[in-house]
This record gives sequence, C-alpha cells and structure tokens, in this order.
Amino acid sequence: MAIEVRIPTILRSYTGGAKAVEGSGTTLDELLNNLDAAHGGLRERLVDGEKLRRFVNVYLNDEDVRFLGGLETPVKDGDTVTVLPAVAGGAR
Amino acid sequence: MLTIARSLYEKIIEHARKDHPDEACGVIAGPIGSDTPTRFIPMQNAERSPTFYRFDSREQLMVWREMDDNDEEPVVIYHSHTATQAYPSRTDISYASEPQAHYVLVSTRDESETEFRSYRIADGEVTEEPVSISQLSPGGRPPYPRNDPPPIRVPSKA
Repeated sequence: MAIEVRIPTILRSYTGGAKAVEGSGTTLDELLNNLDAAHGGLRERLVDGEKLRRFVNVYLNDEDVRFLGGLETPVKDGDTVTVLPAVAGGAR
Repeated sequence: MLTIARSLYEKIIEHARKDHPDEACGVIAGPIGSDTPTRFIPMQNAERSPTFYRFDSREQLMVWREMDDNDEEPVVIYHSHTATQAYPSRTDISYASEPQAHYVLVSTRDESETEFRSYRIADGEVTEEPVSISQLSPGGRPPYPRNDPPPIRVPSKA
C-alpha cells in the first residue's frame, strides 16, 4: 500500500497527465520529497523554502494540513493527500 | 465566448449584490469538456473582505470532490469587485489556476448598474471574451415550467 496523491489539472504536466500518483513517507515533507524523485519539479510548486506555498491547499484525507502540522503532518499508507490551488484574488 | 443561461447570470449578480460591500465569489460547474455552465455553487469568501476573496479551503475541497464525482469541472469562476471596475486585478491574474475556466468579474460599485464581464486567464495573460446570455435553462434544455422544480440529477459514480 502507498499514499495516494491527487493532482490538480494545472500540475498534471508534472505527472504525465495523471490525476493521481502514489508515494511514500512518514510525514508530508518526506512524501513530497519522494514524489519529487519521480515527478521532478512538483515539490517546488507546492513548497517555498521550508513552508507550503500560501496559495496551494494541501489536504490530508478531509483536513487542510495547515490545521494539522503543515509539512510535518504525519502520513501513513492508505491516506489520501489532495492538492488544490487556492481560488483567490480581489480588487487589490 | 462565454454562453450562460440568464437564470445563472442573474444568480451571480444577486449573490454579488447580497454580499456587497464584501467581495462575493463562487463557481458554476458544468460537464467536463462541455464548456457549458449548469450548476450554480455560491462559495463563502473566507476573507470576508471588500478587496480580497479566497474560497474557504474545506468548502473548496467538498465542492471540488463533488464535481469530480459528477464528472464536472469549474466552467465559470466568478467574483465581484465592489469599488472598482470588473477587470482582473494583478492579484486575480497571479492566482488564476484554472486555464480552462471562464473568469467572470462583476462590479457592484454602481448601485443601479452591474458590470458583468468574462475573461480567460492563462499563464499570466488576460483575454476578455464576449458574453452571450441564453434564454434557455442551464444546459440548453427548454425552460422548466414556473413553479415546477428542476428534475433531480442523480450523479453518476465512476
């Protein structure tokens, strides 16, 4: 078993068009490093330095990882991680 | 060109007017590849701000999943500007992440007249497009008889 990661349309160029890919790790940080080995450049779109980018939402199962522990959030086999670009903007 | 049913066009304007002076935001989903907006989904503006909007992250996950299950995509992503024109700001352009979507902007700065414009935003480039308001009900079926609720759509699970 592995961890399923669901990829939004705009990042599927990194996954050869795949809607979901699989990876492994014990924390989100490890998982993203693991994914980056197979899908080079993906991590950089999600992480800026040591933190998740502000306008990318990453969910572990149903919860936004910002409310769990960010990159340090523990993950395990059978979990689903979903990536969605935040929908945001405004007059200023 | 964005072709949108009059009823959906009116719902966007109604939402924008209701939330004024805060920015209102939401999505109209439609079958993948159809380029036809059919299902109106008003979203909460997590920022509750007159100058900024951001979908609530949990609500967005629920809505995006539902679209996935229904083989839908966000055909229209709309928000309002409440004191400026209905043109994408630098912020709008830098956060736009659905290149296939029609980005609809509504301005409620004038009390009696609502500006309603549509754009494509991809790779930092904005292209305005014409808006055609269709008298048909969403999805092109003839209008439902008044007082008769629309048929319930059973989502097909893949």
